[in-house]
Amino acid sequence: MATATKSSTDEFMKGLWKENPVFVQVLGMCPVLAVSNTALNALAMGLATLFVLVMSNIVVSSLRSFIPKEVRIATYILIIATFVTVVDYAIQAISLDLYKALGAFISLIVVNCLILGRAEAFASKNTVARSALDGLGMGTGFVVALFCLGAVREIMGSGSLFGVQLFHDAFQDWVVMVLPSGGFFTLAGWLLLFNWLKQRKAHREDRATLALSKEVV
Amino acid sequence: MPEESLWTIFINASLVNNFVLAYFLGICPFLGVSAKLETASRMGGAVTFVMLVSSICAFGIQALLVAIDAPYLKLISFIAVIASTVQLVEMFIKKMSPALFRALGIFLPLITTNCAILGLALFQTNKGYSFVQCIVYALGAGAGFTLALVLMAGLREKLELAEVPDVTKGTAMALMLAGLLSVTFMGFGGLGG
Repeated sequence: MATATKSSTDEFMKGLWKENPVFVQVLGMCPVLAVSNTALNALAMGLATLFVLVMSNIVVSSLRSFIPKEVRIATYILIIATFVTVVDYAIQAISLDLYKALGAFISLIVVNCLILGRAEAFASKNTVARSALDGLGMGTGFVVALFCLGAVREIMGSGSLFGVQLFHDAFQDWVVMVLPSGGFFTLAGWLLLFNWLKQRKAHREDRATLALSKEVV
Repeated sequence: MPEESLWTIFINASLVNNFVLAYFLGICPFLGVSAKLETASRMGGAVTFVMLVSSICAFGIQALLVAIDAPYLKLISFIAVIASTVQLVEMFIKKMSPALFRALGIFLPLITTNCAILGLALFQTNKGYSFVQCIVYALGAGAGFTLALVLMAGLREKLELAEVPDVTKGTAMALMLAGLLSVTFMGFGGLGG
Protein backbone atom coordinates (compact mmCIF):
# COMPACT_ATOMS: atom_id res chain seq x y z
CA MET A 1 0.00 0.00 0.00
CA ALA A 2 1.39 3.35 -1.02
CA THR A 3 0.10 5.22 2.03
CA ALA A 4 1.93 2.90 4.42
CA THR A 5 5.27 4.27 3.30
CA LYS A 6 4.27 7.87 3.83
CA SER A 7 5.71 9.69 6.83
CA SER A 8 3.34 11.19 9.41
CA THR A 9 4.17 14.72 8.31
CA ASP A 10 3.22 13.88 4.75
CA GLU A 11 -0.07 12.45 5.99
CA PHE A 12 -0.82 15.75 7.67
CA MET A 13 0.49 18.05 4.95
CA LYS A 14 -1.36 16.45 2.04
CA GLY A 15 -4.67 17.77 3.37
CA LEU A 16 -3.25 21.25 3.67
CA TRP A 17 -2.01 21.71 0.16
CA LYS A 18 -1.78 18.89 -2.36
CA GLU A 19 -5.19 17.36 -1.65
CA ASN A 20 -6.84 20.38 -0.10
CA PRO A 21 -10.50 19.35 0.34
CA VAL A 22 -11.95 22.63 -0.90
CA PHE A 23 -9.59 23.97 -3.54
CA VAL A 24 -8.42 20.71 -5.07
CA GLN A 25 -11.09 18.07 -4.37
CA VAL A 26 -14.05 20.50 -4.29
CA LEU A 27 -15.77 18.59 -1.48
CA GLY A 28 -18.11 19.83 1.23
CA MET A 29 -19.19 22.86 -0.75
CA CYS A 30 -22.47 23.59 1.00
CA PRO A 31 -21.12 24.90 4.32
CA VAL A 32 -18.15 26.46 2.54
CA LEU A 33 -20.39 28.76 0.54
CA ALA A 34 -23.16 29.25 3.04
CA VAL A 35 -21.37 30.41 6.18
CA SER A 36 -18.31 32.11 4.73
CA ASN A 37 -19.88 35.59 4.69
CA THR A 38 -17.71 36.71 7.61
CA ALA A 39 -14.29 35.49 8.68
CA LEU A 40 -15.48 34.62 12.19
CA ASN A 41 -18.37 32.43 11.01
CA ALA A 42 -16.09 30.71 8.55
CA LEU A 43 -13.50 29.99 11.23
CA ALA A 44 -16.08 28.62 13.67
CA MET A 45 -17.62 26.41 11.04
CA GLY A 46 -14.18 25.16 10.00
CA LEU A 47 -13.22 24.29 13.58
CA ALA A 48 -16.51 22.48 14.18
CA THR A 49 -15.94 20.43 11.02
CA LEU A 50 -12.33 19.75 12.04
CA PHE A 51 -13.48 18.34 15.38
CA VAL A 52 -16.14 16.11 13.81
CA LEU A 53 -13.73 14.95 11.14
CA VAL A 54 -10.99 13.94 13.59
CA MET A 55 -13.35 12.25 16.03
CA SER A 56 -15.29 10.32 13.39
CA ASN A 57 -12.05 9.25 11.70
CA ILE A 58 -10.75 7.90 15.02
CA VAL A 59 -13.97 6.02 15.85
CA VAL A 60 -14.48 4.64 12.34
CA SER A 61 -10.89 3.51 12.19
CA SER A 62 -10.96 1.79 15.59
CA LEU A 63 -14.21 0.00 14.72
CA ARG A 64 -13.19 -0.85 11.18
CA SER A 65 -12.91 -4.60 11.73
CA PHE A 66 -16.33 -4.82 13.47
CA ILE A 67 -18.49 -2.93 10.96
CA PRO A 68 -20.15 -5.24 8.41
CA LYS A 69 -19.47 -4.13 4.85
CA GLU A 70 -23.15 -3.98 3.85
CA VAL A 71 -24.19 -1.38 6.39
CA ARG A 72 -20.94 0.57 6.62
CA ILE A 73 -22.22 3.82 5.12
CA ALA A 74 -25.21 3.91 7.47
CA THR A 75 -22.90 3.18 10.41
CA TYR A 76 -20.51 5.96 9.44
CA ILE A 77 -23.37 8.41 9.13
CA LEU A 78 -24.66 7.51 12.59
CA ILE A 79 -21.17 7.96 14.09
CA ILE A 80 -20.83 11.32 12.38
CA ALA A 81 -24.33 12.39 13.46
CA THR A 82 -23.45 11.64 17.09
CA PHE A 83 -20.43 13.95 17.05
CA VAL A 84 -22.33 16.63 15.16
CA THR A 85 -24.99 16.61 17.90
CA VAL A 86 -22.20 17.09 20.45
CA VAL A 87 -20.81 20.06 18.50
CA ASP A 88 -24.29 21.48 18.01
CA TYR A 89 -24.99 21.55 21.75
CA ALA A 90 -21.45 22.74 22.57
CA ILE A 91 -21.70 25.78 20.28
CA GLN A 92 -25.13 26.57 21.67
CA ALA A 93 -23.60 26.59 25.18
CA ILE A 94 -20.50 28.61 24.26
CA SER A 95 -22.01 31.37 22.17
CA LEU A 96 -25.66 31.80 21.35
CA ASP A 97 -24.91 34.55 18.80
CA LEU A 98 -22.63 32.27 16.86
CA TYR A 99 -25.20 29.50 17.04
CA LYS A 100 -27.82 31.79 15.54
CA ALA A 101 -25.46 32.99 12.80
CA LEU A 102 -24.54 29.47 11.73
CA GLY A 103 -28.11 28.24 12.01
CA ALA A 104 -28.97 24.86 10.57
CA PHE A 105 -25.56 24.55 8.97
CA ILE A 106 -24.03 23.04 12.10
CA SER A 107 -26.48 20.16 11.86
CA LEU A 108 -25.75 19.93 8.18
CA ILE A 109 -22.12 18.96 8.91
CA VAL A 110 -23.60 15.43 8.98
CA VAL A 111 -24.04 15.41 5.23
CA ASN A 112 -20.72 17.08 4.47
CA CYS A 113 -19.35 14.76 1.80
CA LEU A 114 -15.81 15.49 2.98
CA ILE A 115 -16.31 13.69 6.31
CA LEU A 116 -18.07 10.66 4.87
CA GLY A 117 -15.52 10.60 2.08
CA ARG A 118 -12.59 10.46 4.52
CA ALA A 119 -14.31 7.79 6.61
CA GLU A 120 -14.90 5.64 3.56
CA ALA A 121 -11.68 6.28 1.67
CA PHE A 122 -9.17 6.51 4.49
CA ALA A 123 -10.29 5.70 8.03
CA SER A 124 -11.87 2.38 7.07
CA LYS A 125 -8.54 1.12 5.77
CA ASN A 126 -5.90 2.66 8.03
CA THR A 127 -4.72 2.58 11.65
CA VAL A 128 -6.19 4.85 14.31
CA ALA A 129 -3.15 7.13 14.61
CA ARG A 130 -2.85 7.55 10.85
CA SER A 131 -6.59 8.26 10.50
CA ALA A 132 -6.44 10.87 13.25
CA LEU A 133 -3.54 12.57 11.47
CA ASP A 134 -5.40 12.41 8.17
CA GLY A 135 -8.47 13.96 9.77
CA LEU A 136 -6.35 16.65 11.37
CA GLY A 137 -4.67 17.49 8.08
CA MET A 138 -7.84 17.51 5.99
CA GLY A 139 -9.67 19.44 8.69
CA THR A 140 -6.94 22.06 8.88
CA GLY A 141 -6.98 22.35 5.10
CA PHE A 142 -10.74 22.89 5.33
CA VAL A 143 -10.34 25.57 8.02
CA VAL A 144 -7.70 27.41 5.99
CA ALA A 145 -9.84 27.31 2.84
CA LEU A 146 -12.94 28.50 4.69
CA PHE A 147 -10.95 31.31 6.27
CA CYS A 148 -9.56 32.38 2.88
CA LEU A 149 -13.10 32.65 1.53
CA GLY A 150 -14.58 34.26 4.62
CA ALA A 151 -11.83 36.85 4.89
CA VAL A 152 -12.10 37.89 1.25
CA ARG A 153 -15.88 38.12 1.45
CA GLU A 154 -15.86 40.10 4.68
CA ILE A 155 -13.14 42.53 3.57
CA MET A 156 -14.80 43.25 0.24
CA GLY A 157 -18.41 42.98 1.36
CA SER A 158 -18.33 44.95 4.61
CA GLY A 159 -14.85 46.50 4.62
CA SER A 160 -13.85 44.80 7.87
CA LEU A 161 -12.08 41.75 9.23
CA PHE A 162 -13.33 39.99 12.38
CA GLY A 163 -15.65 42.97 12.81
CA VAL A 164 -12.77 45.50 12.85
CA GLN A 165 -13.26 48.28 10.30
CA LEU A 166 -10.32 48.31 7.88
CA PHE A 167 -11.03 51.15 5.49
CA HIS A 168 -11.97 54.80 5.61
CA ASP A 169 -15.68 55.63 5.70
CA ALA A 170 -15.57 56.52 2.01
CA PHE A 171 -15.12 52.83 1.13
CA GLN A 172 -18.10 51.60 -0.81
CA ASP A 173 -19.04 48.07 0.31
CA TRP A 174 -19.42 45.46 -2.40
CA VAL A 175 -22.73 44.24 -1.09
CA VAL A 176 -22.86 41.41 -3.60
CA MET A 177 -19.94 39.69 -1.85
CA VAL A 178 -21.92 39.06 1.34
CA LEU A 179 -24.93 37.84 -0.62
CA PRO A 180 -25.16 34.20 -1.75
CA SER A 181 -23.83 34.96 -5.22
CA GLY A 182 -20.67 36.44 -3.71
CA GLY A 183 -19.84 33.02 -2.28
CA PHE A 184 -19.92 31.46 -5.72
CA PHE A 185 -17.83 34.26 -7.22
CA THR A 186 -15.19 34.21 -4.48
CA LEU A 187 -14.75 30.45 -4.64
CA ALA A 188 -14.56 30.65 -8.44
CA GLY A 189 -11.86 33.30 -8.05
CA TRP A 190 -9.78 31.14 -5.70
CA LEU A 191 -10.14 28.15 -8.01
CA LEU A 192 -8.99 30.28 -10.94
CA LEU A 193 -5.92 31.31 -8.97
CA PHE A 194 -5.13 27.69 -8.09
CA ASN A 195 -5.64 26.53 -11.68
CA TRP A 196 -3.37 29.28 -12.91
CA LEU A 197 -0.64 28.34 -10.43
CA LYS A 198 -0.94 24.68 -11.38
CA GLN A 199 -0.76 25.52 -15.07
CA ARG A 200 2.26 27.75 -14.63
CA LYS A 201 4.04 24.98 -12.74
CA ALA A 202 3.20 22.46 -15.46
CA HIS A 203 4.53 24.85 -18.12
CA ARG A 204 7.78 25.30 -16.23
CA GLU A 205 8.26 21.58 -15.83
CA ASP A 206 7.56 21.09 -19.53
CA ARG A 207 10.17 23.66 -20.43
CA ALA A 208 12.67 22.14 -18.01
CA THR A 209 12.29 18.66 -19.46
CA LEU A 210 12.48 20.11 -22.97
CA ALA A 211 15.73 21.91 -22.15
CA LEU A 212 17.06 18.77 -20.52
CA SER A 213 16.24 16.59 -23.51
CA LYS A 214 17.92 19.12 -25.85
CA GLU A 215 21.05 19.03 -23.74
CA VAL A 216 21.09 15.25 -23.87
CA VAL A 217 20.73 15.31 -27.63
CA MET B 1 -45.17 31.35 10.89
CA PRO B 2 -47.81 28.67 10.57
CA GLU B 3 -50.40 31.05 9.09
CA GLU B 4 -48.49 31.48 5.80
CA SER B 5 -50.61 30.58 2.80
CA LEU B 6 -49.70 27.44 0.87
CA TRP B 7 -49.00 29.43 -2.28
CA THR B 8 -46.56 31.69 -0.42
CA ILE B 9 -44.73 28.70 0.97
CA PHE B 10 -44.40 27.16 -2.47
CA ILE B 11 -43.12 30.34 -4.14
CA ASN B 12 -40.75 31.01 -1.25
CA ALA B 13 -39.24 27.53 -1.30
CA SER B 14 -38.90 27.29 -5.07
CA LEU B 15 -37.94 30.79 -6.22
CA VAL B 16 -37.27 33.40 -3.54
CA ASN B 17 -35.26 31.20 -1.19
CA ASN B 18 -34.19 28.67 -3.75
CA PHE B 19 -32.48 25.83 -1.90
CA VAL B 20 -29.50 25.69 -4.22
CA LEU B 21 -28.92 29.31 -5.14
CA ALA B 22 -29.88 31.09 -1.92
CA TYR B 23 -29.32 28.51 0.83
CA PHE B 24 -26.42 26.61 -0.81
CA LEU B 25 -27.97 23.24 -0.15
CA GLY B 26 -27.29 20.36 -2.49
CA ILE B 27 -24.30 22.02 -4.14
CA CYS B 28 -22.52 18.69 -4.69
CA PRO B 29 -25.11 17.18 -7.05
CA PHE B 30 -25.67 20.67 -8.46
CA LEU B 31 -22.06 20.79 -9.64
CA GLY B 32 -21.70 17.04 -10.18
CA VAL B 33 -24.66 16.06 -12.33
CA SER B 34 -25.43 19.30 -14.13
CA ALA B 35 -23.29 18.57 -17.16
CA LYS B 36 -26.14 17.02 -19.19
CA LEU B 37 -29.72 18.23 -19.42
CA GLU B 38 -31.26 14.75 -19.38
CA THR B 39 -29.54 13.45 -16.26
CA ALA B 40 -30.15 16.78 -14.54
CA SER B 41 -33.92 16.58 -14.95
CA ARG B 42 -33.99 12.94 -13.81
CA MET B 43 -31.93 13.75 -10.75
CA GLY B 44 -34.31 16.61 -10.00
CA GLY B 45 -37.28 14.25 -10.15
CA ALA B 46 -35.65 11.69 -7.86
CA VAL B 47 -34.65 14.34 -5.31
CA THR B 48 -38.15 15.85 -5.30
CA PHE B 49 -39.63 12.45 -4.60
CA VAL B 50 -37.25 11.64 -1.74
CA MET B 51 -37.82 15.13 -0.34
CA LEU B 52 -41.56 14.53 -0.26
CA VAL B 53 -41.27 11.15 1.46
CA SER B 54 -38.64 12.22 3.99
CA SER B 55 -40.53 15.43 4.75
CA ILE B 56 -43.59 13.39 5.70
CA CYS B 57 -41.44 11.03 7.81
CA ALA B 58 -39.66 13.93 9.48
CA PHE B 59 -43.01 15.42 10.46
CA GLY B 60 -43.97 12.18 12.18
CA ILE B 61 -40.60 11.82 13.91
CA GLN B 62 -40.68 15.36 15.21
CA ALA B 63 -44.10 14.73 16.77
CA LEU B 64 -42.80 11.50 18.32
CA LEU B 65 -39.63 13.13 19.68
CA VAL B 66 -41.62 15.94 21.24
CA ALA B 67 -43.91 13.33 22.81
CA ILE B 68 -41.06 11.38 24.40
CA ASP B 69 -39.09 14.56 25.18
CA ALA B 70 -35.84 13.66 23.42
CA PRO B 71 -34.95 16.55 21.09
CA TYR B 72 -31.25 15.65 21.07
CA LEU B 73 -32.07 12.57 19.00
CA LYS B 74 -33.46 14.72 16.19
CA LEU B 75 -30.41 14.78 13.96
CA ILE B 76 -29.58 11.10 14.31
CA SER B 77 -33.12 9.93 13.67
CA PHE B 78 -33.60 12.29 10.71
CA ILE B 79 -30.50 11.08 8.96
CA ALA B 80 -31.31 7.46 9.71
CA VAL B 81 -34.80 7.91 8.26
CA ILE B 82 -33.50 9.65 5.16
CA ALA B 83 -30.94 6.90 4.55
CA SER B 84 -33.54 4.18 4.91
CA THR B 85 -36.08 6.11 2.81
CA VAL B 86 -33.58 6.30 0.00
CA GLN B 87 -32.91 2.59 0.37
CA LEU B 88 -36.64 1.84 0.36
CA VAL B 89 -37.30 4.04 -2.66
CA GLU B 90 -34.47 2.30 -4.45
CA MET B 91 -35.90 -1.16 -3.81
CA PHE B 92 -39.42 -0.01 -4.67
CA ILE B 93 -38.41 1.52 -8.00
CA LYS B 94 -36.33 -1.54 -8.82
CA LYS B 95 -39.34 -3.76 -8.32
CA MET B 96 -41.97 -1.56 -9.95
CA SER B 97 -40.10 -0.08 -12.87
CA PRO B 98 -36.72 -1.55 -13.82
CA ALA B 99 -36.43 0.92 -16.71
CA LEU B 100 -36.62 3.92 -14.40
CA PHE B 101 -34.21 2.24 -12.00
CA ARG B 102 -31.62 1.84 -14.71
CA ALA B 103 -32.12 5.43 -15.84
CA LEU B 104 -31.53 6.83 -12.34
CA GLY B 105 -28.56 4.56 -11.79
CA ILE B 106 -26.09 5.71 -9.17
CA PHE B 107 -27.97 8.92 -8.40
CA LEU B 108 -30.35 7.24 -5.99
CA PRO B 109 -27.86 6.22 -3.28
CA LEU B 110 -26.11 9.58 -3.64
CA ILE B 111 -29.27 11.35 -2.55
CA THR B 112 -28.60 10.26 1.05
CA THR B 113 -25.76 12.73 1.37
CA ASN B 114 -27.66 15.50 -0.38
CA CYS B 115 -27.80 18.29 2.19
CA ALA B 116 -30.94 19.73 0.61
CA ILE B 117 -32.98 16.84 1.99
CA LEU B 118 -31.71 17.00 5.56
CA GLY B 119 -31.91 20.79 5.32
CA LEU B 120 -35.55 20.57 4.31
CA ALA B 121 -36.36 18.32 7.26
CA LEU B 122 -34.59 20.69 9.68
CA PHE B 123 -36.10 23.87 8.27
CA GLN B 124 -39.65 22.59 8.34
CA THR B 125 -39.36 21.63 12.02
CA ASN B 126 -37.72 24.98 12.83
CA LYS B 127 -40.56 26.80 11.12
CA GLY B 128 -43.19 24.66 12.81
CA TYR B 129 -45.16 23.90 9.68
CA SER B 130 -48.34 21.84 9.77
CA PHE B 131 -48.64 18.57 7.86
CA VAL B 132 -50.09 20.07 4.67
CA GLN B 133 -47.63 22.96 4.79
CA CYS B 134 -44.77 20.46 5.06
CA ILE B 135 -45.89 18.69 1.90
CA VAL B 136 -46.19 21.94 -0.04
CA TYR B 137 -42.81 23.08 1.30
CA ALA B 138 -41.19 19.83 0.14
CA LEU B 139 -42.80 20.12 -3.30
CA GLY B 140 -41.65 23.74 -3.63
CA ALA B 141 -38.10 22.91 -2.57
CA GLY B 142 -38.00 20.01 -5.01
CA ALA B 143 -39.30 22.17 -7.84
CA GLY B 144 -36.70 24.83 -7.04
CA PHE B 145 -33.91 22.27 -6.94
CA THR B 146 -34.98 20.80 -10.29
CA LEU B 147 -35.29 24.26 -11.83
CA ALA B 148 -31.79 25.28 -10.73
CA LEU B 149 -30.30 21.98 -11.91
CA VAL B 150 -31.99 22.15 -15.32
CA LEU B 151 -31.07 25.81 -15.90
CA MET B 152 -27.47 25.07 -14.98
CA ALA B 153 -27.32 22.01 -17.24
CA GLY B 154 -28.70 24.00 -20.16
CA LEU B 155 -26.09 26.71 -19.68
CA ARG B 156 -23.25 24.21 -19.35
CA GLU B 157 -24.30 22.34 -22.49
CA LYS B 158 -24.16 25.60 -24.44
CA LEU B 159 -20.84 26.58 -22.91
CA GLU B 160 -19.20 23.37 -24.04
CA LEU B 161 -19.23 24.80 -27.55
CA ALA B 162 -17.70 28.10 -26.49
CA GLU B 163 -14.00 28.78 -26.41
CA VAL B 164 -12.86 29.72 -22.92
CA PRO B 165 -9.37 30.20 -21.47
CA ASP B 166 -7.89 26.96 -20.13
CA VAL B 167 -7.77 28.15 -16.52
CA THR B 168 -11.52 28.69 -16.34
CA LYS B 169 -12.44 25.19 -17.50
CA GLY B 170 -14.29 22.87 -15.13
CA THR B 171 -15.45 23.78 -11.66
CA ALA B 172 -14.36 27.42 -11.77
CA MET B 173 -16.59 28.05 -14.77
CA ALA B 174 -19.48 26.17 -13.18
CA LEU B 175 -19.16 28.29 -10.03
CA MET B 176 -19.16 31.54 -11.96
CA LEU B 177 -22.31 30.42 -13.79
CA ALA B 178 -23.90 29.52 -10.48
CA GLY B 179 -23.02 32.97 -9.15
CA LEU B 180 -24.72 34.65 -12.10
CA LEU B 181 -27.78 32.41 -11.71
CA SER B 182 -27.87 33.31 -8.04
CA VAL B 183 -27.84 37.03 -8.87
CA THR B 184 -30.71 36.43 -11.29
CA PHE B 185 -32.74 34.61 -8.66
CA MET B 186 -32.32 37.55 -6.30
CA GLY B 187 -34.69 39.32 -8.68
CA PHE B 188 -37.47 37.16 -7.25
CA GLY B 189 -36.98 38.74 -3.82
CA GLY B 190 -40.21 40.02 -2.31
CA LEU B 191 -42.34 37.96 -4.68
CA GLY B 192 -43.69 35.62 -2.02
CA GLY B 193 -44.28 38.43 0.46
